[in-house]
Amino acid sequence: MRGNEAIAEAAIRAGCKCYFCYPITPQGELVEYMARHLPRRGGVFLQAESEVAAINMVYGASAAGVRTMTSSSSPGISLKMEGISYLAGSRLPAVIVNVMRGGPGLGNIAPAQGDYFQATKGGGHGDYHLIVLAPSTVQEAAELVMLAFALSDRYRVPAMILADGMLGQMMEPVELPEPVDEGAIPEKPWALTGAEGREPRVVLSFDLDPQGLKEMNLVLQATYREIEAHEVRWEEVDTADAEILLVAYGTMGRIAKTVVRLARAEGIRAGLLRPISLWPFPYEPIRALAERIPVVLTVELSAGQMWEDVRLAVEGRAATPFYGELGGVVPTPKEILSEVKKHAR
Amino acid sequence: MLADVKIPEGYVRVFKRPDSMSDAPYTYCPGCHHGVIGRLVAEAIDELGIRGRTVGIAPVGCAVFLYRFYRCDFIQAAHGRACAVATGLKRANPDLIVFTYQGDGDLAAIGTAETVHAANRGENITAIFVNNAVYGMTGGEMAPTTLPGQRTVTTPEGRDVRTTGYPFKISEMLAQLDGPAYITRQAVYDVRHVQMARKAIRKAFRNQLEGKGFSMVEVVAACPTNLKVSPVHGNKWVTEQALRYFPLGDLKVRDP
Ligand SMILES: Cc1ncc(C[n+]2csc(CCOP(=O)(O)OP(=O)(O)O)c2C)c(N)n1
Ligand code: SF4
Repeated sequence: MRGNEAIAEAAIRAGCKCYFCYPITPQGELVEYMARHLPRRGGVFLQAESEVAAINMVYGASAAGVRTMTSSSSPGISLKMEGISYLAGSRLPAVIVNVMRGGPGLGNIAPAQGDYFQATKGGGHGDYHLIVLAPSTVQEAAELVMLAFALSDRYRVPAMILADGMLGQMMEPVELPEPVDEGAIPEKPWALTGAEGREPRVVLSFDLDPQGLKEMNLVLQATYREIEAHEVRWEEVDTADAEILLVAYGTMGRIAKTVVRLARAEGIRAGLLRPISLWPFPYEPIRALAERIPVVLTVELSAGQMWEDVRLAVEGRAATPFYGELGGVVPTPKEILSEVKKHAR
Repeated sequence: MLADVKIPEGYVRVFKRPDSMSDAPYTYCPGCHHGVIGRLVAEAIDELGIRGRTVGIAPVGCAVFLYRFYRCDFIQAAHGRACAVATGLKRANPDLIVFTYQGDGDLAAIGTAETVHAANRGENITAIFVNNAVYGMTGGEMAPTTLPGQRTVTTPEGRDVRTTGYPFKISEMLAQLDGPAYITRQAVYDVRHVQMARKAIRKAFRNQLEGKGFSMVEVVAACPTNLKVSPVHGNKWVTEQALRYFPLGDLKVRDP
């Protein structure tokens, strides 16, 4: 299955009932798959007039208490940021898929990772976080979509799947996750269902009284601390005896795995830490490895956005070189290997 | 508070708050038409007996606190996005009765696209559009509906149509589309017109109950605070100025 289609199918299996979109490459297959399959399986597919409208439809559908999703690519995600900030402020769950492409501006449709800051550091206005998950295979993409819906519901925090054009377009065999039992999805005691027989409910992201808004923000912050304590996810490859550690996520994480193998074949003890949750970021695991591995090399399809978090984690315990590509150029394993050689003693 | 007033023996209360309104005091200025329009919406909800399945959408603007005034479920939407939020709610749960309540800044400027497209899709929702020709909450700036020559804080010499365009006739525009079921323009400056607006708002909700599709009631309203006039003069401004550009009446009625 193609990455984009696996994401779509997994969303339907996760119980996504409403999907709103506006077309953009390289996530077109996701839109098309949803158009073909979601209505037939009892859900709502609607092509909105813009990304702004689509995310606000998600806002409404989520408030009504159903699992809902939208997907886009970099420029479209920028437009969704207003709505994403509102979702975060109103504590409404939703899944947002960003199949990243080259930027800034219109950029191109080649795979890039230049939206890391936007995804993990806010993007929209205000003090908020998204749960950000970054798959590196089609199989993992399907699994993380299921997880994104579950975590988003559990914490009432919107979740983002941060993929890229490579993963979206790539075809791989997938073992699709079992559909969730909809009876097992927890009730949403805050959903707007009509106030018959109960007190009215309101969904709000504002309080003009600073003290009141502070309280709302403190609830958000407490939720974020809880997520940081329980939901950090990462993968380690050959770190036990490593003398150089690569840190890479998504498509780059996958290429870095090959680099580790090539390096080991040449007698360089390389290892890899691949963050799966970009927020919460695996600061502690990286810090622990940096205690004993002298070089931590970040490789990224950006000018060094995740690198900032890696350096925060390492805090001077190890050298922290960086290798990145820009504009949708994807380096070959060999190119990265020569970078590894430069830094491994 | 009205509910606290003691009724002498032998008297009967004939005027009361609609059931779907709460006791919360209005946050509108004296003479503001938002107050009357908000009450008409509540009366329509009561008469149709739909309070228990209604979800209202509060805008950005002076009606942002709308959720406080009603006893039904409410959501506050981003500036201009109410019709998109309504679309999501209604599509997710078609049993809900969903209405938006928006000012001209909200519906006719930042939210033009969301409004036009929801109308064109014939979304089965009800939009209440309060056209007071000014951005009230932010201090009286020019709105797309500001009249030619009208002074606002951002058109201190009066609106010059050569540089700022003409008053936006949203209702006329939407009436051209095939999607909407009902587009009407009303006013609330006197009792007769309040009664007409009341009927229109009820019809806009009944259309939704009957699944007829998008209905919008525009109400030409006064914002005495930003017109810098008394409440009485606010009413006069509506009849003498605003209605010249925004004539009242039904612009589109599917199956009358
Ligand atoms: C994105 C965004 N832009 C601007 C504002 C500021 N703002 C608040 S109310 C308002 C104008 C509202 O005017 P209108 O919709 O006509 O309602 P009224 O206050 O006149 O009832 C504006 C521009 C905002 N809240 N959000
Ligand atoms: S500023 Fe104008 S629109 Fe707002 S409450 Fe006052 S009179 Fe009404």
